[in-house]
Amino acid sequence: MIPAAFDYVRAASADEALAALAERGDDAKLLAGGMSLLPLMKLRLATPAVLVDVGRLADLSYIRDGGDHVAVGALTRHRDLETSDLLGTQCGVLRAVASQVGDNQVRHRGTLGGSLAHGDPASDLPAALLALDATVVARGPGGERTVAAADFFVGFLETALAPDELLTEIRVPKTGAGGFNYQKFNRRAQDWATVGAVAVRNGTTRVALVNMGTTPLRAAGVEAALAGGASIADAAEQAAEGTEPPSDLNASPEYREHLARVLVRRALTEAQA
Amino acid sequence: MDISITVNGEAQRHDVEARTLLVHYLREACRLTGTKVGCDTSSCGACTVLVDGESVKSCTMLAAQADGHAVTTIEGLAPDDGLHPVQAAFQANHALQCGFCTAGMVMATVSLVDEIPDPTERDVRLGLEGNLCRCTGYHNIVRAVLAAAADRP
Repeated sequence: MIPAAFDYVRAASADEALAALAERGDDAKLLAGGMSLLPLMKLRLATPAVLVDVGRLADLSYIRDGGDHVAVGALTRHRDLETSDLLGTQCGVLRAVASQVGDNQVRHRGTLGGSLAHGDPASDLPAALLALDATVVARGPGGERTVAAADFFVGFLETALAPDELLTEIRVPKTGAGGFNYQKFNRRAQDWATVGAVAVRNGTTRVALVNMGTTPLRAAGVEAALAGGASIADAAEQAAEGTEPPSDLNASPEYREHLARVLVRRALTEAQA
Repeated sequence: MDISITVNGEAQRHDVEARTLLVHYLREACRLTGTKVGCDTSSCGACTVLVDGESVKSCTMLAAQADGHAVTTIEGLAPDDGLHPVQAAFQANHALQCGFCTAGMVMATVSLVDEIPDPTERDVRLGLEGNLCRCTGYHNIVRAVLAAAADRP
């Protein structure tokens, strides 16, 4: 399978990428690692007229201490996340979830920004950033703006990014080395999660769900129950509240709701241990 | 577009369509057919090559993305008259049946052992999760990887 023909523009800087987007905006797609976009293009489910390759913007690949947060460049690869000592001590959950993405080959190419901008509710990292209350930085023709993770994922493969914007940085709160757990359930190696649950416990408890709707979702019912003093077992029973799980070859909605309750219970229990 | 890639240590320069996938570039432009097209959906890993020393699935990378980089295929691992230690370990442990996944398995292994020099069996099984053997010959493949890692100088 070969993608439909496209014009290829290699950006040497973020400004060049923005200029290309300003010119061809609606016809253009940004290419980072290509781990999500290229398979879609090969299946001709995506047929952009212009591909703006931002994969060489080395100045957008970094993991830095930002004071009260860790700043991660949008083009930082999963491989760099899963081997980061800084994340290991300051935001262990991001490092751990990154190590669960795809397989080694995918993690050598795929980027954090690419995964977020793709906005797939079945992906691991968007849910982790939602559970972390992370902030996303986007640059456009009018300058830079920040978007809360809770406002970033707006629909299936749809984010708050405008067609002329480039995601540049992700800011994750320092939640420490531990106090988290990620439960990813799938039936084949390297597959997307049938359902996943991320729990982060540091003072408050935040839980996010993978593949339980058109976007990654916070398990609001679980969080409220825990805040009200419920036990983990009782709170986890609320895991499917407010979700709209998809039906596909892997699972029915009812089975996904069951999985969400079980995985949230396990994630909360492990995160506490 | 004009792209220059160092393939197996040799400078290659070709005029290709922007949509050319790296695997097709290697097989058709460079005439290196050791790299296989398997599932063609970045699931099976048969097309695994090294880009700057790291394993990637060449069916899910544009040749244009490798422009200016160094690519190693199964043909480039060892001189013509010898075997790379990972190839030798696969041979010694009978880590192949039909052989279609082997080039990709070997390339993924070279990258894996480079990143985890002393892997456990679990490290190997997780590290090769992106490579499928349709003959299900995994046990001997895992043995070969562990042997190759143990024999590293």
